[in-house]
Parts: sequence; C-alpha cells; structure tokens
Amino acid sequence: MERLDLVVIGGGPAGMAAALGAWHQGVRNILILDREAQLGGILEQCIHNGFGLHHFKEELTGPEYAARYAKEVADCGICCLLDTMVLDLAEALDGSGDKVVTAVSSKEGYLRIHAKTVVLAMGCRERPRGALNTPGTRPAGIYTAGAAQKFVNIKGYMPGKEVVILGSGDIGLIMARRMTLEGAKVKAVCELMPYSGGLTRNIVQCLEDFGIPLKLSHTVVRIHGRERVEGVTIAAVDGSRKPIPGSEEFIPCDTLLLSVGLIPENELSRAAGVKMDPVTGGAVVDQNRQTSLPGVFACGNVLHVHDLVDYVSEEAELAGQSAAAYLRGEAPCGGTVEVKARDGVRYVVPQRLCKDAGPVSLYFRVGDIYKDVKIVVKCGEKVLLSRPKKKVVPGEMERLPLTAGILSQIDGDVTVCLEQKGAE
Amino acid sequence: MEKVYDVAVIGGGVVGGMTLRELSRYQLKTILLEQAEDVVMGASKANSAIVHAGFDAEPGTLKAQYNVEGNALMEAVTGELSVPFRRNGSMVLAFSEEDLKTLRDLQERGRKNGVPGVRLMSREEALSQEPNLSEEIKGALWAPSGGIVCPYELATAAIGNAMDNGAELKTGFRVTGIEKENGNFVVISEAGEKLYARYLVNAAGVHADEVARMIGDDSFSITPRRGEYMLLDKTQGATVFATIFQPPTKMGKGVLVTPTVDGNLLVGPTSEDISDKADTATTPEGLEKVERLSKLSVPSVNLRAVITSFAGLRATPGGGDFIIGPSAADAGFINAAGIESPGLTASPAIAVAVVKHLEEAGLVLIKREDFSSFRKPFPKFRRMSGAEREALIRQDASFGRIVCRCETITEGEILAAIRRNPPARDVDAVKRRTRAGMGRCQGGFCGPQVVEILSRELGLPMDEVTKCGGASRMLVGKTKETQ
Repeated sequence: MERLDLVVIGGGPAGMAAALGAWHQGVRNILILDREAQLGGILEQCIHNGFGLHHFKEELTGPEYAARYAKEVADCGICCLLDTMVLDLAEALDGSGDKVVTAVSSKEGYLRIHAKTVVLAMGCRERPRGALNTPGTRPAGIYTAGAAQKFVNIKGYMPGKEVVILGSGDIGLIMARRMTLEGAKVKAVCELMPYSGGLTRNIVQCLEDFGIPLKLSHTVVRIHGRERVEGVTIAAVDGSRKPIPGSEEFIPCDTLLLSVGLIPENELSRAAGVKMDPVTGGAVVDQNRQTSLPGVFACGNVLHVHDLVDYVSEEAELAGQSAAAYLRGEAPCGGTVEVKARDGVRYVVPQRLCKDAGPVSLYFRVGDIYKDVKIVVKCGEKVLLSRPKKKVVPGEMERLPLTAGILSQIDGDVTVCLEQKGAE
Repeated sequence: MEKVYDVAVIGGGVVGGMTLRELSRYQLKTILLEQAEDVVMGASKANSAIVHAGFDAEPGTLKAQYNVEGNALMEAVTGELSVPFRRNGSMVLAFSEEDLKTLRDLQERGRKNGVPGVRLMSREEALSQEPNLSEEIKGALWAPSGGIVCPYELATAAIGNAMDNGAELKTGFRVTGIEKENGNFVVISEAGEKLYARYLVNAAGVHADEVARMIGDDSFSITPRRGEYMLLDKTQGATVFATIFQPPTKMGKGVLVTPTVDGNLLVGPTSEDISDKADTATTPEGLEKVERLSKLSVPSVNLRAVITSFAGLRATPGGGDFIIGPSAADAGFINAAGIESPGLTASPAIAVAVVKHLEEAGLVLIKREDFSSFRKPFPKFRRMSGAEREALIRQDASFGRIVCRCETITEGEILAAIRRNPPARDVDAVKRRTRAGMGRCQGGFCGPQVVEILSRELGLPMDEVTKCGGASRMLVGKTKETQ
C-alpha cells in the first residue's frame, strides 16, 4: 500500500491552493481527489467575472481563476485523480497516525489510500427547498440557484422563463442577472431578512442594473402548480420572520430558484470524528487550519462559507503550508487559547490560536447590519485591538490581521466583539 | 381479432401491484393499467410506511383480517422481492387516565384480531426502551409485530417481479370508460385507446368509485383524506427505535414518529377530508400541526433537520371497511377498493383474496412452471462492503461513478432503474427506485446528472425529460432560444 504525504480532498480553488501551498514547501508526494471530471470545483460554472481582484489584482471569470491554479498544479506535476468520490476518512488502525481515505472511481475502482496528512477542501452545498418546508405542491421548476447555474452555464439549457428567486445569496443574485441575459423574466427576488445575504456589488450589478425588484422582509408562503410551477404566493414578514396576514401577493411564474444559504459539506469530517463548530458548520481549527485530528487540515467553504474566492485561496495555501510543517515534524505551537465570537459577531475562524504563532488573520461574520461600530479584540478585559468601521453586514466576511506583537500580549481566551463607537 | 387479456388490473399502487404479482403465478395474460406515467404514484408513494400490527382495526372487519394476515406474510414477501423490512415494533402512548383505558381497549382488539404479543408497558419501561419519549406519558401499548417498509419500493418491486414473470404494464392509460363486448370488458382510455379483458380488478385507489361507476356499480364512494408529513435527515433516524403512535381520541388519531427503513425519521400525518382527488399540496396549518403533535410524543424531534415535506391521499371508503370482492353489477369485476390504512400491510393478503375471488368468478388458474417469486436484488452500493464494491466496479465501471452524493447512489444503479422492470422514465421514478435525490440536498447536485442520464438512455432531448411525466418538464429549452 502506497503511503502518501498529503491527500487533498476536493480539487476546487481551496484544494488546488492547498496542494500548491504544500508543494512550494517541498512536499512532493501529493494527491488531489475530485469527483468532477476536471479541477476547479464550483468555479467552473461561475462564468461571470469579479474573481481574483485581491489575489491577482485583475478581474477574472470563475473558470479563468480556476485555470490559473489548474495550470500551476499541472506544471508542478501534482497528481490528481478525477471522477473520484471520497466515501470515507478514518484513522489508520495500525497506530501510525496515518489517515485512510476510501474513494471510488469508475477508472480506478475502489481505493484505499494511506496518507500522513489530509486537507479537507470539499466545499459547500446549497440549502434545498425541503429545508425551508414551504407549503404547497412539489412540481418541476424548483431549483437551487446553483443547479440552475449548472443547467444554464454548463449544459446549455434553460430551467425556466419566468422566474422568482427566494433568497438573496450571491448565487441567487448572479443567477437573476444570468437568467435575464438569457431572455428569462426575473420577476422578483424575495429575501426573508431585512437585508441581503449577498455582496453589495452583486445587488447593484445583478439586480439594480436590470430593474429587478429586491423585496426585503418577504418570503414565499406557497408554491402553486401540479406538474410545473405555475406561480408562487409571497408575503411580507414581521420582525420575528412570520408572514403578515393580508400581505400575500400571487406572482405567476414557471420557475422558483432558491438561494437560501450554503452548508459546508462535512459528512466526511463528521464521520471521521473531527470536532465541528455549530455556527460555521465547519471544523474547529487553529491558526494553521489544523482540525481536532492531528494531521487533518480544513480550508475554503468546507471550513466556513466565504464570499470571495481570493480569501479561499489565501486560507487554503496556509492549510497546505501547515500540512508541510506537520510533515517536517514541526510541533504545533503551545499555549493554545480559544477565540470566541461575542456581541454581534456570529463566528470567528480560527477558533483556536496560540500566542507565539506569528501574524494571524481572523475571519468573521456579523449577525446583523451595524453602522458606526468598533471591532474589538479582547483578552479578558484587555483590549488588544480596536478598529472603527462605518458599516458591517452579514453578507460580507470581515478579515482582521493580528500582528505578532498583539499576539504576544495574549494570556487567556480571546474574544471578538462589536462595540458602539464612542462607548467605553 | 383483438388481443384479449385474461385479467386487467386498474391501478398501479401496492394493491394493484401485489395482485398483478399474485396473478403472474398462473398461466394468464395479465396487464396493469396505470393513469400516471410511472407506477406507484398515488397513496402507495406517500404514506406512513408502516407495517401495522393489527390492533387498531375493529374485530370482524376485512381491515382486521387482512392486516393481520398481511403482516404475517411480510417477511416472506419482502424477502422474495429483496425489499428491506424491519420489525421495529409499534408503541402507542398514553398521556392520561382516559388514554390508558383506550390502550386497554386496543389491547383487547389486538387479542381478538389475533395480533401476537401485544401488551401494556409501564411508563418506566416505555421510557427505558425509548429514552426520547415525553416525560409526560402515563404508559404505553407495545406491539412487537409492528414494522417498517418502504412502500414505493415494495410496490415497485412487486410490479417488477410480475413483469419479469410475463405480466404487462401500460402507463399513461387513464381509464375513462368500460364497456362490454362479446362477454369481454372493453377498457377505454382518455386517449381513446381500447383494451380487452375477460376480468377486471379495480385497484384504482382514490378513483376506485369512479371506475366502479363505469360498470354501473355505485355501491360505494371514496373520499380523499389528505395526510401531511415531514421527513427528517438521517442524522435524526435514531431519535426513536419503534414506531411511536398517539392514542386515538375525540380530537383525532394523532401523529406518529417513526424511523424509516432507510434511516430517516418520519413525522405525520394530518388527517383532512378534501374534495380534490389530486390535491397533494402541503399547507401551513398541516405542517404546523405535525410539528406541534409530534413534539407531544417526542419533545426533542429536531424539525430544523427536515429535508422535505409531502402529502398523500388516503382512499377513505364511505362504509369504513375495505371493499374487496366481486361487484354486484358484474361478477367478473373484482373491487379492491377503499384501501386506506392498513392497506400497505394488508396488500399481500388482499392480493391472495382478489385472486381467489377471480377463481370463484370462473377464472381458471393453472400454475406456471417457470414462475419465480424471487426478484433479483437491485444493486445497492451504499449497503455493500468494500470487497463487494470492488468486485462490482470491476464487473461494471458505471458502479464506480457516484451520482447522488448524499445517498451514495452510483450511475450503475440509475441505469438499472431505467433498464429493469418497471422501467423508470422520469426523474422522480429514478428517485423512487434508487434514492438518488432523496438525501439532504434533495437533488441539487445529482438532478442535472440524472436528467442527462435519462436523456441519453431514453434517446430524449434534455428538455423533454420530465420530473414526473405530463407537463413536468425539467427544462424549457436550450439557452439562446428563450423568447
């Protein structure tokens, strides 16, 4: 049985960047596993532009962004097994600390691969209609925005002509524009919350530029049509997100697209016993992106849902470098503390860090829209960092670099919270 | 000369399917007529998926008789058809002194109906067996012969087995008229197609009264009684081990909480008489009721893990009992009607009874030498060991391609569903046969791939593939062609 240094599960932007991160630190015995026929993951169907502004300082489409990484993976000669689905991840029974990755592919058959380290880079999936429990019929014409995107951009087929979109996540916004450009009529985008879950630039470029109404604090309360969708009833919701009687409005349409949240795809991680963060839906990691299982790292949307692929690449490169350090036998830093989200902050990644880690970036999201606040990092009562911010929104991930100097002041658990500007 | 079938069975649900299979043991020309474009599209696809023990039905009724007989046949039938079946036991909870009296009445009914092993349990015993039950319970009734089975898998397997033994299937055949010609029935479809048969079996579910009226039998009426359900993710499947019932009260029958044989958790149903025999829409009130009532039995039911909700229509007979036997209007027309709960459980016994009625009506039954009651199992990759998987992929590479990630369903299984009897021709048919799209992402990832495989295998353009037949096209056309 061949024993690999690193197996990367998932060949999307996270998996490719992680493999390259390890490669550039001298790791050679690497294998990327992906279930699709090509590398790139979800970027392959994201044919719009706007990728790479931070990382490459230019505006690329999803496939272009992916192709740059795929080319480098190929140039380095990193091995990939495509059309290969990982079914299981477990610790080896021989006490070696190795991981055993069980995978299946039509070409290679049933595989059991031993690896010293594993990077989890499986990405995320969309919440389906069932999870919303929307009453009504169950006809054809209800798709997640991502499934519709695949039909339109990869397969070349239209899922419908008259569209209502529920949820204003980025894929929903992108698909509102895409469907419009393909000749469909997008009648409304309904968002349950009083704010959008997507990027501001997407609301402007995908809805406002095309005159598509964004109905905040609205939801779909009923789906109509037996064989194919014939319409939806939408309604305004109150502060506790319950439909307001009397506010119902019927919109005739043949398609309902859903963009109601993304869920990190962690079935493998859970089965392997990786400790999970209930808020992110991803693993609990330290600043190296190492999970609770030594030698198992996580990055990208399987760790927490990102809004920009640039940050995915950055995080994944770090995970790959950390795997390389682990393979060199470099002991993880001591004195680990917890990083906790408080007062308006929903979660922080990493959830653990150590004071002698060197510079570390904290990634977090807020739970509501806040204006004129300070982002405050504390250790006990001691304020380590306080940064004013005009506006923070749930749809945009925040990134906060901590210098080595700040980290050296840590002597206990760290909290990240929001404070009103001017408050002491 | 027109082809004349010996028996035509109208209705491709579990009763029609089991009857067809029973008939396929004999040297007969048989056909199953189904109005939808796939079999098992009515009550048999959307119900509680319970093999009832039989303590519920009133002693002396056909429901009581066939429930207990059908329950006893279930091991053999599911074994022959390679359909998973588990006797997980049924438990009825009591929340009050009055409920305890109801349980004693049910126990007595069980005794009269011949249900094995029914006994009362103390509160403590029930809670130790099912730790997630409400602390509020006062006691429980335990019936060890209760079980769970996948209803559409069972019905589809029965039809497939009958077809493998020579029975024919005609889908998309909505019966709109029945005439008599030279002593034979002439069954006329909505499209004007005619089909000749010496005997008819009416297993038309909610439409059985309409079909009976076509031969002048207006002796019964069927009311569609809607039941709404929620299905929870497999992470919740071990919330309870047995099927947990609530006691029937003046307020209604209550809802059940049960594991499914595939490892999910199912809660429901509501019970509401409606007028439209096709209205399987769910309602806010219904789903709210399921939520509220299920929490009475199991307060920790995690409804955030719901992966889908659905509704089914029970074919509730006006007279209360099953209607099984020859019609007074024509002795060659056998009704198997009003088959609401416990119809799934009773179906193997009903099938035997229907064939007996046909024999009494003059149908000559000669055993086929080449009949096989065994259906070759569908390959189920997710249930295989590593070695079995390895061997299977080596034999057929399509088993190495996972299409549905949530349920670990391979392309090989989807091809089998399309190629084997009864052939799947739409996305939902593939889903019911293989579970592709049944998992937590509900077809988000595999939907486009299943459409592509169906298109390729059936030689249909992508945009003619449907979700469930009729106008349920998945796609409306190619890009750049939308007006």
